[in-house]
Amino acid sequence: MGLIVAQILTGLANAAALFLVASGLSLIFGVTRIVNFAHGSFYMLGAFIGYSLMQVLPGAIGFWSSVLLAGLLVGVIGVIVELCVLRPVYKAPELFQLVATFGVILVIQDLALMIWGAEDVLGPRAPGLKGIVRIMGEPVPKYDLALIAITPFVLFGLWYLISRTRVGILVRAATQDREMVGALGVNQAWLFTGVFFLGAALAGLGGAVQLPKGGADLLMDFNILAAIFVVVVIGGMGSLPGAYIAAVLISVLNVFGVAYLPQSTLVLMFVVMAVVLTIRPYGLLGREEVVGEHGQVGEPEQPIKPAGVKARIAVALLLLVLALLPLFGSKFATILATDIIIFCLFAASLHFLIGLGGLVSFGHAAFFGGGAYAAALLVSYVNAPMELAFLLAPLCAGMAAVIIGWLCIRLTGVYFAMLTLALAQLLWSLVFQWDEFTGGDDGMVDIWPAEWLSSTTAYFYFTMIVGIGGILFLRHVAHSPFGYALRASRDSARQAEATGINTKRVQWMAFSFAGAMAGVAGALFVFSKGSVFPVELEIARSFDGLIVVFLGGVKTLAGGVVGAAFLELVKDYLTRLEYWRLALGILIIIVVILAPNGIVGSIRKLAQRSGLVKNHYE
Amino acid sequence: MLELSGVNSYYTKAHILRDLGFSVQAGQVVSLLGRNGAGKTTTLKSIMQLVKPRSGSISFEGQSLTALPPHRVAKLGLGYVPEDRRIFTDLTILENLEVGRQPARDGVYEWTIDVLFDLFPNLKERRQNRGKALSGGEQQMLSIARTLMGNPKLLLLDEPSEGIAPVIVEQLAETILKLKAEGLPVLLSEQNMHFARIVADRAVIVEGGSVKYDGTFEDLDAQPEIRDTYLSV
Ligand SMILES: Nc1ncnc2c1ncn2[C@@H]1O[C@H](COP(=O)(O)OP(=O)(O)O)[C@@H](O)[C@H]1O
Ligand SMILES: [Mg+2]
Repeated sequence: MGLIVAQILTGLANAAALFLVASGLSLIFGVTRIVNFAHGSFYMLGAFIGYSLMQVLPGAIGFWSSVLLAGLLVGVIGVIVELCVLRPVYKAPELFQLVATFGVILVIQDLALMIWGAEDVLGPRAPGLKGIVRIMGEPVPKYDLALIAITPFVLFGLWYLISRTRVGILVRAATQDREMVGALGVNQAWLFTGVFFLGAALAGLGGAVQLPKGGADLLMDFNILAAIFVVVVIGGMGSLPGAYIAAVLISVLNVFGVAYLPQSTLVLMFVVMAVVLTIRPYGLLGREEVVGEHGQVGEPEQPIKPAGVKARIAVALLLLVLALLPLFGSKFATILATDIIIFCLFAASLHFLIGLGGLVSFGHAAFFGGGAYAAALLVSYVNAPMELAFLLAPLCAGMAAVIIGWLCIRLTGVYFAMLTLALAQLLWSLVFQWDEFTGGDDGMVDIWPAEWLSSTTAYFYFTMIVGIGGILFLRHVAHSPFGYALRASRDSARQAEATGINTKRVQWMAFSFAGAMAGVAGALFVFSKGSVFPVELEIARSFDGLIVVFLGGVKTLAGGVVGAAFLELVKDYLTRLEYWRLALGILIIIVVILAPNGIVGSIRKLAQRSGLVKNHYE
Repeated sequence: MLELSGVNSYYTKAHILRDLGFSVQAGQVVSLLGRNGAGKTTTLKSIMQLVKPRSGSISFEGQSLTALPPHRVAKLGLGYVPEDRRIFTDLTILENLEVGRQPARDGVYEWTIDVLFDLFPNLKERRQNRGKALSGGEQQMLSIARTLMGNPKLLLLDEPSEGIAPVIVEQLAETILKLKAEGLPVLLSEQNMHFARIVADRAVIVEGGSVKYDGTFEDLDAQPEIRDTYLSV
């Protein structure tokens, strides 16, 4: 009994930081509609800045002022990010801003590396709260009790701010209809900046307050990201009490998981999330999301059309050059080209889902990695020949997509995105923790292609045929009746239903198809590298896909492929630099600001304006 | 006090307002009449800068509005009541009013919650209710009251009578007359000519995004062909 109480207390204490960070994310999303990927980075900065301050400010007063100051400073950093990076792109199509926040993650990672170095930092213990108290015979750190006591006050303070003050009323009004708030004389720009300050400050506070328990390191930005998304979604977007309950639920379950079922810890929170969303699609205390109801900006869709003659010739020439690459290029260049084609196919499959289906999946890596692992498992366990494994892998990925799609398609918007993220994460943790079967962290090795494909050149041509064939096939489907039905379901579900289209089924099929195509990319990948590791299923891989799709241009068919090729090439060059993340992050931010319609979309606009290409409306 | 001339507005490529121009004088209630799709809403949105006109001038008390963001237009004293009311359904009536609140303005009637509750007694009873619990008529009242909380110098009303029970429409007409009596000028977009002539001093008829008639109702009665061409009866 005592042990259980102690464990619950530990969970409650762990919930403190989680709640702080998650509530900030929820606030920012509620008002600005920005899914702030950089929120974990604010948390990390809070920890590092808090640590540095604690080195110079002595005693208990110094400790707590450091925590508060860290929050304030991170709030100011949030304001800088909002002003410099996000304000120029508010008018871009929805969700485009998340690319910008991804750039911010990279920049902050390298800045933190420059300032604090690569070593993990051990958090100082809180002066005056260093000891333990015995509760029912079990030791409980005093600092934990302090955290448990403080959190409800923070919750109350936030609740008061949001529900009882003018600022809070404006924030809630803007959450629903920000254009109307502006038309009533409120400067929304100011409101957005204020909300960003508060949201970032909360993340910074979270980072600083957990220092005595967890310290600071350069991985904590991504490590907390999944958890805070889960908390926000389980609690219900925009609900502070919901976020608190969810943070407590996740943290307490996690403590029990660590104690009684250690192999479950990574999976646990995603299982909880999947269960909650299946029963309550909008979270414990959330309400249905109405996406883009008012104040929606952005241009109407340009109708997509088959490529023109000039474009076809250009593509044919490009393919020809590519096909000749092994003859004049180095082996290294051939391998790079192979990697790029594989990534392009992955991106094209995600683009199909996002661009045509309007289904923004945050977990597409599940099917890329899924295909790769399926092939690897078949080769390792049933000694399947490469050709067979290669054929079956996309089917396995497709099957996974059928199942995951069935669970997710009922949801829309951010909830859909989050559930795909959670289920992808579930798959990842399964692979990561099931050592005996999947090799866990050590991955699976010795997965080589058949004899006839064993040379770099042969495999390059194989990749080219399959990869480019896959991309063309995706294009072909986009122009087929199924593609039209998919776009109709995206643009106006009700009208599509009226014409006899079962929109949910169309979307489910699209999800499965895109998953299978990602599986093809995964199979190509595993045989080109000869190995596969859990990182191929990770959130970061899914994000890579998202970034290139948005960077290339969601509303253009070529967007995903161009974005992927661009990013791979740039990365190949930049990763030779010491601070390549900084450079890449800044580059991404610049592209986002200069080309708010994506690379392809913005180039086309430019061409239209200069009269090179005809506009569909004229 | 409000002047529009040569205004051209677009929704991306669709040319909606074509060289539209008219003016509203202090103390007047002007009705902007026209069929569905004539461009009334676009006109009001262009004034508020919710739609940015590509060319033409819009000025209020001599100040040009065309370069301003909507919140600055509102701050100058233009009170906008949108067609679809757009009340904040998750906020209570009191909170909705709070969003609209702006500091008092020199020489302009200063609205308080109590005065507005006298004007709209239904709202008073339900002041702690959320917006979504209100009927269509009550939402319209709330939308007007919310805008009045900004102490506007000129009120832009977009089809307030649309989709509202006849009894409530009568109340609404009385309310607008009261506002006029307080010296508040109104630009009222309407399809309903009967409603418009009860409250308005002047009719401006739009069709296809341009002004087709600008004058009194009496003169309009003398030209039934205009009425029959541009308004559905
Ligand atoms: N958001 C929009 N995008 C494109 N066209 C629009 C939009 N809103 C209105 N329109 C078109 O502009 C024209 C004028 O509309 P509107 O100003 O709403 O007319 P009214 O208010 O007189 O009924 C109509 O033809 C309508 O179809
Ligand atoms: Mg209208």
